Amino acid sequence: MARRWINRHPGRAERLFLGLLPFLILILVYATGSAMRLEVNPNDKLLPSFASLGNAIARVAFSTDPRTGVVLLWADTAASLERLVLGLVIATALSLVIGVVNGVLPYVRAGLSPMVAIVSMIPPMALLPVLFIVFGLDELSKVVLIVIGIAPFLMRDLEARILEMPGEQLIKAQTLGASSWQIVLRVVLPQMLPRLIDAVRLSLGPAWLFLISAEAIAADVGLGYRIFLVRRYLAMDVILPYVVWITLLALIFDIALKRFNAWVFPWMEAGRRSA
Amino acid sequence: MAFPLKTLFAAAAMTGLLASPAPLLAAEKTDFKIAWTIYAGWMPWPYAQEHGIVKKWADKYGISIEFQQINDYVESINQYTAGKFDGVLVTNMDALTIPAAGGVDTSVVLVGDYSNGNDGVVLKGAKSLADIKGQKVNLVELSVSHYLLARGLDSIGLKESDVSTVNTSDADIVAAAASPDVTAVVAWNPQLAEIKKSPDMTEVFDSTKIPGEIMDLAVVNTETLKDNPKLGKALAGAWFETLALMARDDAEGKAAREEMAKLSGTDLPGYDAQLKTTYLYTDPKDAAAFTRSDDIVKYMDLVRSFSFEHNLLGEGAASKDVVGIAFPGGKVLGDAANVKLRFDDTYEQLAADGKL
Repeated sequence: MARRWINRHPGRAERLFLGLLPFLILILVYATGSAMRLEVNPNDKLLPSFASLGNAIARVAFSTDPRTGVVLLWADTAASLERLVLGLVIATALSLVIGVVNGVLPYVRAGLSPMVAIVSMIPPMALLPVLFIVFGLDELSKVVLIVIGIAPFLMRDLEARILEMPGEQLIKAQTLGASSWQIVLRVVLPQMLPRLIDAVRLSLGPAWLFLISAEAIAADVGLGYRIFLVRRYLAMDVILPYVVWITLLALIFDIALKRFNAWVFPWMEAGRRSA
Repeated sequence: MAFPLKTLFAAAAMTGLLASPAPLLAAEKTDFKIAWTIYAGWMPWPYAQEHGIVKKWADKYGISIEFQQINDYVESINQYTAGKFDGVLVTNMDALTIPAAGGVDTSVVLVGDYSNGNDGVVLKGAKSLADIKGQKVNLVELSVSHYLLARGLDSIGLKESDVSTVNTSDADIVAAAASPDVTAVVAWNPQLAEIKKSPDMTEVFDSTKIPGEIMDLAVVNTETLKDNPKLGKALAGAWFETLALMARDDAEGKAAREEMAKLSGTDLPGYDAQLKTTYLYTDPKDAAAFTRSDDIVKYMDLVRSFSFEHNLLGEGAASKDVVGIAFPGGKVLGDAANVKLRFDDTYEQLAADGKL
């Protein structure tokens, strides 16, 4: 009997080809559509040709803007990354503290956990007009939006993971004479930190979403600002490269966090493999 | 290969966006779609549609016209530019910088009104426009607000580099103005009225100082209009009938304005206040005369200069002449071989002559 399909595995070269295929098809479909539209209207802005995309990239990424004297893409990237990293770091630090005490201390959990659960249900975008008035229109409100957007999820996730920990571990630590503080340091944190980083990886998508939204509404620099500014004259030749660039940055963040996790907490990976 | 090239092309052709070539392929047709967004000077259109005035005129010419509301103004223009609509309600500057600069030949069928105070520069705790120097100004960048700011600064000998601008969504500009770190705002109505209500806000420059320069237009794809002049006639007929109705000081006129107020999310006093700062061309003779005037050429020259300086005519544009703008009587601003925006007094004049 022939080998079943579920047992056939592609080789290295085949995997690479199959992985690239959807992208190739996408590029081909784009090129076709772009050529069709440009044939009807050579000034069409909707699906610019690869040549005009290249020109736009050269303009925004490799030459200084005559009006502001900076290279737009790098200025935008620096501003956006600063906001994003600040938001992620603050949200992670907050979540670590609140998530751990919520997970470990029943008295704190009784007081804080329902509140975190309810706050996590508030759509952050709906709060935006309030954030503007309380935190102003500058950097602070953008960072706060990211923090409010992802911290409640991180806190709830961490609390749930701690509650999922096998009770035997805690009992064993206690029979060995560990205090609450020692249990947090030696039992809970080593297992929870890598899980928190994993949760942060999952939050990258929402974090970018909140960043771009905040920049779209009020900003003078940033990746989201540029996209929503040039949208005013339908400059798809700038918007499309920016979208690709943002995707690439998000991908790099994700891979970097994954590597960081494996490097700092090697036992996590080992535990997963043996399980 | 499992996918022959032909299959790929077929797949490409099936993708809706890719398949519909911009502008709609011109031909004699009978069904037309116009996109509209909420603005004081455009509210007569949805009213005319709901009360059968549009249908009456469309029927007279044997066509059908549907006005479809789009929530976001820029999106409505983008949709028109992409070829999803035959026409759109738009300002003169955006008509030049979005469809015309994007190669979509566009004709102005009706100059509906100009902003006569509907756009304004507001400062917090300052008394004159000169105080704006060095401040951070919140506004929708590259919009008519930006244009108004540039004209205002120009009028007192300042440059745009004397202030810094912060792009702020029109939906959030009222909340932004209330924020303590915001000291200067440029906005349009109804947001402008809301911002001015705050006692520490002073309006230091507004569009009454540049009358006629910020126009609100009804535009249609030129190819479509050329093949279907009936569309222009029906639009002009419905427009001026509705304007005549709403200008009346009797119960019917008031009822019409009241309904337009409701459609735009305000009440009659609020809407009447906005109409005061909107100069509507109620008489088709005035509209046609303005479209033919030398003033409109001068204003469009100012607008295209601003657009060029802000890269709105395309990054590759060598000068402000790259997109040609045609006016009645054969006058052309810019490249006569690349006319993409045409002011057309034909339909306003037909209405003025009572020939519709």
